[in-house]
Amino acid sequence: MKNFRKLSSLFLLAAFFTAWELYCRLGGIPKTVLPAPSDIVQALISHWNLLLIHTIQTVEEALIGLFLAVLLGVGVAILLFLFPRIRAAVYPLLVLSQTIPIIALAPLLLIWFGFDLFPKVIVVVLYCFFPIAIAVTDAVSAADQNAVDLLASMRASKWQILRYVRLPFALPAFFSGLRISATYAITGAIVGEYVGAYRGLGVFMQTSANSHATVLVFAALVVVAVISMALLILVSILEKVYTPWKQAHE
Amino acid sequence: MAAQLVVRDLSKTYTAGDKELLAVSNINLEIAPREFVSIIGSNGSGKTTLLKTVAGILTPTSGEARVEGTISYMPQDHALLPWRTVEENLYLPSDIRNVPRANVKKRIVDLLTEFGLEQFAHLYPASLSGGMRQKVALLRTVLQDPALLLLDEPFASLDALTRLEAQEWLLALLQKMHASVLLITHDIREAIFLSDTIYALTSRPGTIKEKFAVPLPKPRTRDHLRTPEALELEKKLLSLLVHTP
Repeated sequence: MKNFRKLSSLFLLAAFFTAWELYCRLGGIPKTVLPAPSDIVQALISHWNLLLIHTIQTVEEALIGLFLAVLLGVGVAILLFLFPRIRAAVYPLLVLSQTIPIIALAPLLLIWFGFDLFPKVIVVVLYCFFPIAIAVTDAVSAADQNAVDLLASMRASKWQILRYVRLPFALPAFFSGLRISATYAITGAIVGEYVGAYRGLGVFMQTSANSHATVLVFAALVVVAVISMALLILVSILEKVYTPWKQAHE
Repeated sequence: MAAQLVVRDLSKTYTAGDKELLAVSNINLEIAPREFVSIIGSNGSGKTTLLKTVAGILTPTSGEARVEGTISYMPQDHALLPWRTVEENLYLPSDIRNVPRANVKKRIVDLLTEFGLEQFAHLYPASLSGGMRQKVALLRTVLQDPALLLLDEPFASLDALTRLEAQEWLLALLQKMHASVLLITHDIREAIFLSDTIYALTSRPGTIKEKFAVPLPKPRTRDHLRTPEALELEKKLLSLLVHTP
């Protein structure tokens, strides 16, 4: 059944690309407006080394940003748990901060930090931090009260309760947050690059679009889709490795 | 000999906003070394509150619970950590005390073997049966080398047959240690079968209605439950705790 579903979505995808290809070929659509899938594949092959340079840059920004977002998100969640008064003050602000469009902040970051890697990493962190921080903050205080009581009866410290009960309990929620963040990471890096950068898929797409090389924009989109997918798969693998008890009874 | 546990005039009030709820009121009880004491009462009689207060998880509003030696507490619903295997769950008490695992490894392996759980050592709690989980939780409780075991309805979630087996199992486990037990239950026969002394608790607020010495010899078998003394006690407890219209 699962295989059948996989197969059917593959089939749908194949049908979609075939229709696209036929539409472009038979309709005589100009390549600058909509290139056919086969054109995109050709562009991917002929421009692979150029794309690779930009891809490496974008992936680097995304991964560093995602990593920092994990540290920051988990760190903030732990702090908010350990200091409930800070939590009461900060938690609403944290949610409120999400109403600021990050895309509007990117030009400011450019002014403050220049064209280098750093401002892009900040954009990625801004995108990725929130889902992780909220997921972990909520899960840490939702841990099984019986287990917390048990450790309290063993005279465990607040830190030990956090380490032995609350953090492991929050791990599945952390991975849910991380999965959302991972999808934002590449987008975040590209948004940062759009505003101004020397290298990266964002710049590549922008310059390609400016010179009406539509096929290269599509080629870059394919790369973005592939690396986003790879990142998601990586998160799934990490989740399987670090939450083995979840797999045990499925 | 000094008592293992002395509870004096203990009351506990919960406050939520401006509302107050008196959960247990004016409890007095004592447990002697190696004595098995049960507190029996219906749901909402404050049994768990009383036990948590003795365990030091809650602080009494007034009165005190004085424990001689160490306690170990088994919460309702086993509270095994789902991300730890059976064996790792048994390491939890020593992990908390920063005792190197090597120091307790032999003891844990021996206990698992002795109680027929060795083939489950590396399984997660989710793949165990309910009875098995309670057994592991009991072993974890025992591994804390307590002078006093505090058990909160350890067998309530088990089916009637598994429960009988688990009771025998608990007695076998207690044979090997010199601990007192404070057990909470709402099962009258369980209380009679296991205990030296039974306290009957009334509901809202929980107060001790009556104290009974169980007039049965030890070690016990199920046959003891059918003696006139046991039946008489069962009848008394029933009439005290169950209100029929």
